[in-house]
Amino acid sequence: MLKRFTITLLAIVACCLGSLAQEVDSLSTDTDNELDTMLFLQNVEVYGNKPYGNVIPSQMLKGKQLERLNSHSVADAIRYFAGVQLKDYGGVGGIKTVDMRSMGTNHMGVFYDGIQLGNAQNGQIDLGRFSLDNVEEISLYNGQKSEIFQPARDYGSAGSIYLRTRRPKFIEGKNNNLNVTMRTGSFGLANPSVRWEHRFNPRLTMSLNAEYTYATGQYHFRYRKVFSDGVVAWDTTAVRKNGDIWSLRLEGGVFGTITDGKWNAKVYYYDSERGIPGAIINNVWKNSQRQWDRNFFAQGSWQKLITERYEMMLNAKYARDYMRYLNPDTTLMYLDNKFWQDEIYFSSANKYTIMTDWDVNLSVDYKWNYLNSNLVNFAYPTRHTLLAALSTARTWRGFKIQASVLYTHVNDRYTSRSGGTVIEKHNKHLNKLTPAVFMSYQPWQEHDLNFRAFFKRIFRMPTFNDLYYTDIGNAGLRPEYATQWNVGVLYQCYYEQGWFRGVKLSADAYYNIVNDKIIAVPKGTGQYRWMMMNIGKVKIRGIDFTARLAFRLPHDIVLEGGLNYTYQKAQDYTNPADTLDGGTYKGQIAYIPWHSGSATIHAAWKNLDLNYSCIYVGERYHNSANILANHEQPWYTHDLSASYLFKIGITTLKVTAEVNNLFNQQYDVIQNYPMPGRNYRLILKFDL
Amino acid sequence: MSFNTKPISTCLVVMAAIMMLLPSCREEQVIFIPEEVEITAPQYTSIQGFYLLNEANKGSNKATLDYYNMRTGRYTRNIFSIANPNVPKEMGDVGNDLGIYGSKLYAVINCSNKIDVMDKNTVKKIGQIDIPNCRFIKFYDGYAYVTSYAGPVIITPNYEQQGYVAKVDTATLQVVDKCLVGFQPDELDIINDKIYVANSGGYMVPNYENTISVIDINTFTEEKRIEIDINLQCCRADKHGNLWISSRGDYYDHPSRLFVYDTRHERLLKTFDTEVSSMWLDGDSLYVIGVQWSYVTMHNGISYALINTSSLEVVSEHFITDGTEQEITMPYGVAVNPITKEIYVTDAKDYVSPGRLYCFSPEGVKQWDVRTGDIPAHFAFVGENTNEK
Repeated sequence: MLKRFTITLLAIVACCLGSLAQEVDSLSTDTDNELDTMLFLQNVEVYGNKPYGNVIPSQMLKGKQLERLNSHSVADAIRYFAGVQLKDYGGVGGIKTVDMRSMGTNHMGVFYDGIQLGNAQNGQIDLGRFSLDNVEEISLYNGQKSEIFQPARDYGSAGSIYLRTRRPKFIEGKNNNLNVTMRTGSFGLANPSVRWEHRFNPRLTMSLNAEYTYATGQYHFRYRKVFSDGVVAWDTTAVRKNGDIWSLRLEGGVFGTITDGKWNAKVYYYDSERGIPGAIINNVWKNSQRQWDRNFFAQGSWQKLITERYEMMLNAKYARDYMRYLNPDTTLMYLDNKFWQDEIYFSSANKYTIMTDWDVNLSVDYKWNYLNSNLVNFAYPTRHTLLAALSTARTWRGFKIQASVLYTHVNDRYTSRSGGTVIEKHNKHLNKLTPAVFMSYQPWQEHDLNFRAFFKRIFRMPTFNDLYYTDIGNAGLRPEYATQWNVGVLYQCYYEQGWFRGVKLSADAYYNIVNDKIIAVPKGTGQYRWMMMNIGKVKIRGIDFTARLAFRLPHDIVLEGGLNYTYQKAQDYTNPADTLDGGTYKGQIAYIPWHSGSATIHAAWKNLDLNYSCIYVGERYHNSANILANHEQPWYTHDLSASYLFKIGITTLKVTAEVNNLFNQQYDVIQNYPMPGRNYRLILKFDL
Repeated sequence: MSFNTKPISTCLVVMAAIMMLLPSCREEQVIFIPEEVEITAPQYTSIQGFYLLNEANKGSNKATLDYYNMRTGRYTRNIFSIANPNVPKEMGDVGNDLGIYGSKLYAVINCSNKIDVMDKNTVKKIGQIDIPNCRFIKFYDGYAYVTSYAGPVIITPNYEQQGYVAKVDTATLQVVDKCLVGFQPDELDIINDKIYVANSGGYMVPNYENTISVIDINTFTEEKRIEIDINLQCCRADKHGNLWISSRGDYYDHPSRLFVYDTRHERLLKTFDTEVSSMWLDGDSLYVIGVQWSYVTMHNGISYALINTSSLEVVSEHFITDGTEQEITMPYGVAVNPITKEIYVTDAKDYVSPGRLYCFSPEGVKQWDVRTGDIPAHFAFVGENTNEK
C-alpha cells in the first residue's frame, strides 16, 4: 500500500517539478503533429483581441491528446476535467453520468455537434454510450459557453459539455480518407470501426462512420474486509456477470462551405442491448435485468454572414429514442417497460455587430417533446418549450463582458387516466427569466494573464419522470434552481526556443446554491413509496485548479503534462432540524469527495508516444449523514499507454497498447458496484 | 515574453504540496465495529433486551442488526459483522422481518433471498435458509412458516407470479414443504391450527389481491380464500381468536383500512377507517401507526392510535402525548415492552439516512432516543414472557 502511495506521490511530484503540459484550448488546429501544435500556440494571443469569442475559455481535450487518455468513452475522458465527478456503475456497458460542480447530473447540458442531446424522460445523458471513435474534441464550460452567437438552448444549462465529431480533413491532392480501427482487450472486447471521408469539391465533404462494440463485460472483482489488527475477516473474488453489451453506431455527415458561411447535416443511429450488472449484495452475486436502447437523430446547421454586420445561424433536429427495460428475475417484481421519446427542435440565432467591439444577439428556439410508454395509466406528456435569449458582448481595452437573459416558456400537456380511460386533461404553463453575466480582464497586453468572473442563475425543468411517473411523479413540481458565482484567473505563455515551451495555469473559486432541489421523499403507507418534492437545498463551495506545461528536451523529445485539482465542500442544507448525531444537515452530499484530481504526463519521441495518467478521488460518503457506516474509500487509478506509428507506403498503422488500473485497485465509485481491476486494450488504427 | 518563470515554479511547488497533503492513502476496509451508546439506567425485568432489524434501502446491502440491552441500558449498533466476521457482504439487502423461536434468532432478508438463523444470545450465525423474495416469518410447533412472493410464474396472458408459504423445520433449517397461496403474500399468523396469510397482489397494480388465504397446518394445503379488501398487509391474531388485518388501499381513491375478522364465526366484526403502516399487538392493546399521504397538502398525515382488541374501540388517537411526534418524520416500526409497557417507535426519516429509535413511557412521554441503522423497523424481545410465538 505504502509503495503504491509512494509511486503516486513520485508521479505527482515528477509532474509538478518537471514535466507537464499539453496543447491548450486554442484555435482549432488541423495539424496532427505535436511540434506543429506547440508552434501553433505561438499565435495564441490573437484570440485575446477578438471582439467576441469565449470570455471564459473552456476546459478542452482534443485530437491526439484525447486519443492518448486510455479512454473508451466520452465519460472516461471527462474524468480529466477539473470540477467534474463521474458517476460510474462500472464496466463497458455501465451507466456513466457527469455531475459538474456538485449541482447534479440533471443540470448538465450535453451538446453533440452544436445541438443539445435531450432526454425529457429522466434528464440524464449516459456519456458511456458516446465512444471516442468519432469525437475529436470535448469541451467543458462552467455556466455556459460564453460566446453570444449560439442557440438559446445553449444558455439553458448550469454547465455544458460540447462533443465535436471529427471534421473531414484532406491533405493536398487527396479526396478520400479511409480509417479502419480495431480495438480489443479485456472484458471480451471486440470493437471494430470504419470511417470514410470524401471530398466532392473544395466546398463539400462528407464522412461516414460505423462502429460495432461487443463485450462480455466480465471481470474479476474482489471485496474484502479485515479486523482492526489487519487479519483478514473475509475475502471474496467473483466474476462480474450480466455486464455484456453489443452496440452498433452509424453516423454520417455532410459538411459544406458557402460564401461567408458554412453548413452541415448529420444522421446518427445507435442500437444496443446490454445486461444491467446491478448491485452486488449478500447472497446475490449476479443479476439478470436487460436494457435495449435505440437512438436516432437527424440534425442540420447553417450559418452565414448576411451583411457585414448581421450573421445568422439556423439549427434543426429530429430525435427519436426507444428504451426497453426488462426484469425477468422471478425473485423480483417482473417488469417489461418500454418508452418512446420524440423531439423536434428549431433554432435561429441572429447576431448584429453594432460596433467592431460590440455585438448583440437574439436567439429563438422551439422544442417539442413527447413521451410514450406501455406503463399502466401513463400520462403521455407533451412539452412545448419556447426559448429566447438576448445577449450582448462588449470588448473595451482589456475588458470583455457578456451579459445575457434567457426567457423560457414551457407548456406541458398530459392526461390523468384510470382503468385506461382519460379522466382529465391538463395544460400547464411556466414562464421564467434567468440572467447570466461573464467578465474577463487582461491588465497587460503583453502578458496573457486574465482575471475572470461569472454569475449565472438557471433552472432545470422537472423531467417527465419527476412529474408524471406512475405513483412517484409529482405534477406540482417547480423547477430546480442553480445559482453560480465564480471568480478565477488564467495565465498562459509560450516560447519558441529553449527547453521550456509553455505553461498554462488556471484557478477558479466558486460558490453555487441549488434551491428547490427535486428529491424523493418517502410517502404514506407501504414500503418504499416515494414522492418527488422540491425540498432539497445544497450549497457548494469549491476551488478548481489546472496546470499545463510543455517542454522540448534534447533529441527531439517532447514532454507535456497536466494536473487538475478540485476541492469541494458540497453541503446538504435540506433539513435544518436534522442536526442530531448522524444528522444530514450541513453534511457533505452523497458521493462528492472533498478532494479530487488528475495528472497526465505525455512523452513523444519521433513516432513513439508514451502516456501516463492518474485519477484520484478522495474519501466520500454515500449519504449526507457523514458517519462511518456511510463512508466510501478514496480510489485512484493509474493508466499507461504506448503507441507507435508505422508508415507503410501511403498508409499508416498506429499500434497502441494500454494498461489501465495498473495497480489493480479494487474500488467502487458507487456503493456495491465493483469497478474493473487491471485491464488491457490493444488498438490498431489504419489510415489510408 | 519576459515573464519570470519563478512564480510558476512556486505555484507548482504549492500544488505539489497540496496534492501530497491529500489524505490519499486508501486503507484496508475494517469490518464494522459495533458502536455502543449508553442511553438510560439499567432495568431489571424478565426481558433482557431487544433486537432491532434495520431494513436499509434496496440495493444498499445495509441491513443491520442493533441490540438494546435493558440490563445495562446500552444500545449497540451493527452487531452482526463482529459476531460473524467471516460472512462476505454482511447481512445483506432489505431486512424484512425478525423473530425469535427457541434459542434462535431469525432475520428475514428480503432482497438477499434468505433467512439468517443466529444464536439468540451471541448472534453467531448457525445457518441460512434460502427462500427467494422471502417476506414474513411465524413459528408454530417446531416449524417456521415463511411467506414468499416467488412462486410459479403463470402467463395468463399477463405475467403473474403466485406466492407461497414455506414450511421450515427449525431443527434442520430445511424447507420441508410449500403451499401456494395468493399473489404477493405478506404477513401471516396462526390460530387454531390454521395459518392465515394476507395476500397483497402488490406486483399486480392496479389489479390488487383482496383475500386472505387459510391454510390447514396439518395437511399444509390452502383450504380457502376469504375476501377482505385490496392490497392486504398486516395480519395479527389476538387472544380472542380474531385477526387484525390491514389493507394498504390503492394509494389513491381506495383508502387504507383496518379489519377485525372473527375466525371462529368466520365473519368480519368491524372495520376501522384508519390508515395502517405498522402495528404491534400487546395483550389487548393494538398500537397502530398510520402514515397517510395527502395529495392536497403534499404532506404525510401521521396518526398514533391505540385500539382495545377486546372492546374493539379506539382508546386513543395519540399514544404519544408529549409532542415528540413533531420530531418524527416517517414513523416506521412500533413495539411495546410486554413487561414495562414502554412503547418503542422508530423513525425511518428519508429512508436513506440513519434512522432513530424513540422510547416512550406507557403514558406516551419520551424517555430517550438513539440513532439506529437505516430504516429501523422490526423488533424481537429477548427474555421470558416476550409474547413470542
